[in-house]
Amino acid sequence: MESEEPLLKIVNLHAGIEDTKILKGINIEIGAGEIHAIMGRNGSGKTTTANIIMGHPDFDIEKGAVSLNGVDLLELETWERAKMGVFLSFQYPQAVPGLQVGNFLKKSVASIRGEDAAKGANFRGILKSSMKELNMPSSFLSRYVNDGFSGGEKKRFEILQMMLLQPKLAILDETDSGLDIDGIKTVATGINSAIRGTSSGALIITHYSRILDHVKPDKIHVLIDGKIVATGDASLATDLEEHGYDWLEEKVAAEGEK
Amino acid sequence: MVKSQEAREVVGDYKAGWHDSENSTIRFDSGLSEQVVRDISELKNEPEWMTDMRIKAYRHFVDRPMPTWGNMSMLKEIDFDKICYYLRSSGATENNWDNVPEEIRNTFDRLGIPDAEQKWLSGVTAQYESEAVYHSIREDLVEQGVIFLDMDSGLREYPDLVKKWFCSVVPFSDNKFSALNTAVWSGGSFIYVPKGVHVEMPVQAYFRINAKNMGQFERTLIIADEGSSIHYVEGCTAPTYSTDSLHSAVVELIALPGSHIRYSTVQNWSANVYNLVTKRGIAHEKATIEWVDGNIGSKLTMKYPSVILKGEGSHAEVISVAYSGKGQHQDAGAKIHHLASNTTSKILSKSISKDGGRGSYRGMVTVSAKAENCKLNIVCDALILDEKSRSDTYPTMEVANSTAKCEHEASVSKVSDDQLFYLMSRGHTEEQALALIVNGFFEPFTRELPMEYAVELNALMALEMEGSIG
Repeated sequence: MESEEPLLKIVNLHAGIEDTKILKGINIEIGAGEIHAIMGRNGSGKTTTANIIMGHPDFDIEKGAVSLNGVDLLELETWERAKMGVFLSFQYPQAVPGLQVGNFLKKSVASIRGEDAAKGANFRGILKSSMKELNMPSSFLSRYVNDGFSGGEKKRFEILQMMLLQPKLAILDETDSGLDIDGIKTVATGINSAIRGTSSGALIITHYSRILDHVKPDKIHVLIDGKIVATGDASLATDLEEHGYDWLEEKVAAEGEK
Repeated sequence: MVKSQEAREVVGDYKAGWHDSENSTIRFDSGLSEQVVRDISELKNEPEWMTDMRIKAYRHFVDRPMPTWGNMSMLKEIDFDKICYYLRSSGATENNWDNVPEEIRNTFDRLGIPDAEQKWLSGVTAQYESEAVYHSIREDLVEQGVIFLDMDSGLREYPDLVKKWFCSVVPFSDNKFSALNTAVWSGGSFIYVPKGVHVEMPVQAYFRINAKNMGQFERTLIIADEGSSIHYVEGCTAPTYSTDSLHSAVVELIALPGSHIRYSTVQNWSANVYNLVTKRGIAHEKATIEWVDGNIGSKLTMKYPSVILKGEGSHAEVISVAYSGKGQHQDAGAKIHHLASNTTSKILSKSISKDGGRGSYRGMVTVSAKAENCKLNIVCDALILDEKSRSDTYPTMEVANSTAKCEHEASVSKVSDDQLFYLMSRGHTEEQALALIVNGFFEPFTRELPMEYAVELNALMALEMEGSIG
């Protein structure tokens, strides 16, 4: 039974790193089956939001709450959050030389979905079909995790992990950057099939509206200087594309003066 | 210093044929003297030339000062008077585990030796303290003329072969500890692979120190005749005591033309064992010698597997990893001498230090003036897991021929928070994440090991990472 609580609930989140305040009161609610997007300029706090949901140790939470299906995430270790179903597709995935992709996938699936999910024909079947969907050759499995990967390969590998780990909440941090248009389509297909019509949800972090043309988010949040200044439907992305962030900043400033 | 009364009685018995002492234990009194050396030789009923060589080596050991490099302060702590130089716990070397004394058999059972033997080995020798307690080799190899014996039996059964090669690669005067080993050696392996014979599955030696303040001095000699091949694997463990033990082995490899010897070690002595070992091979024309050397345990290891590339077109590889934890210093590396033309060598050294441990790479590669067109490749990587730990590199290269092609790369890295965070976001605890990074770092080494050993090494490293996160 799913709880009455939304899948992800962020309430009045204030956070920073050392003495620098980055997030100044974020509120987001994502329901089951929903896909949201956060848009904003570099330095607006998008990646910080993603890292805090996943539990990066560098950030200090000043106040606020983050919960998944009503469970307080801020109290949990990163790996516990992962086991609860939080997944982060990294903007800059880390290389682990010597750790083979196939071995890593098996271990991660075992850790998050249980030993049985990482065994036998079932695992191999999903692995094979997912890799085919993402246009990854089977030789990819014997390479070392993110070691010498091109930008596009890194992003595809993040999506492959998402498909195998079957998270409840997938956060995709600039997964579209570094991908060509076919790559973006492939990734979007992966996201849609993983989230739509399921009890899972996704939070897509991006600069551009390109990926949103293919994913069609339920809501778009625009983040400026650590605050969500606008929330709207998919048309907000089109407005931003046409008028740029300046337009929104001026609008916010004008409202502030009222 | 005199040997114990018990030992003297057995030496007396030995002359009279001490066949009835199957369950007897011989323990020499601690300390070393010329008499102890003579007693060991007498106990083993050795030919005179061996006794003489032991005595010469003993005298050299006494005269030879301690090395003035490596970890001198740790070396200074060795108290040679407190060490027992000979201890026998069973009456004979058995070829059936059922006949090995129960307690010892249980130890090797727990170490998984009989199990491994069944599954994937061509032969096994198991040494307990000073002597081999178990030894066997597959019948088909015997039929092909392969000799695989403990070193004492080798000397008894093939004295001419042993006399020809013993100390031919590592003279007793090579260093203080090769002198000590030659003086008091006991056990180890003697292997001869006839021309053209390929021993497909590895043979394994397992060395176990069980007693306190024990000195284990095995001596190994492997001769691969023309066009033959063999893979020798050794493992070692000891119980942890608050007092120190000393393991000082000498290994000599002779790879005759076109042959191939691979020698793999997973050293996991307890942290009270000094591991001071001399390993060297001579590669003749078109022969290959590979040392695959893993150092996980011990208090201080000083070991630099060496290859003398004597024959044209010969090849050497030394692939090593070292893990230094709390109170440990792994001073390891490689030495390769290119004496002939068109010889090639590769050194890959990986070291991890943690909890104040110290890892040192000490390497020497030389190319002689008359050796044309040699190729050398050296890669040293160090991974330091915390601020307290240390890693040093002491590479030496002496190239006297300008046609040599040399490549040398070195790196020192640390585990980053971002790397750990990435792995933890995939459901791995911080310790598991660290183990994934560490095992990945060692992977170029572990992939060279037989699968069973690779799995064991990874498990061992995962264990070392436990409790490491503050």
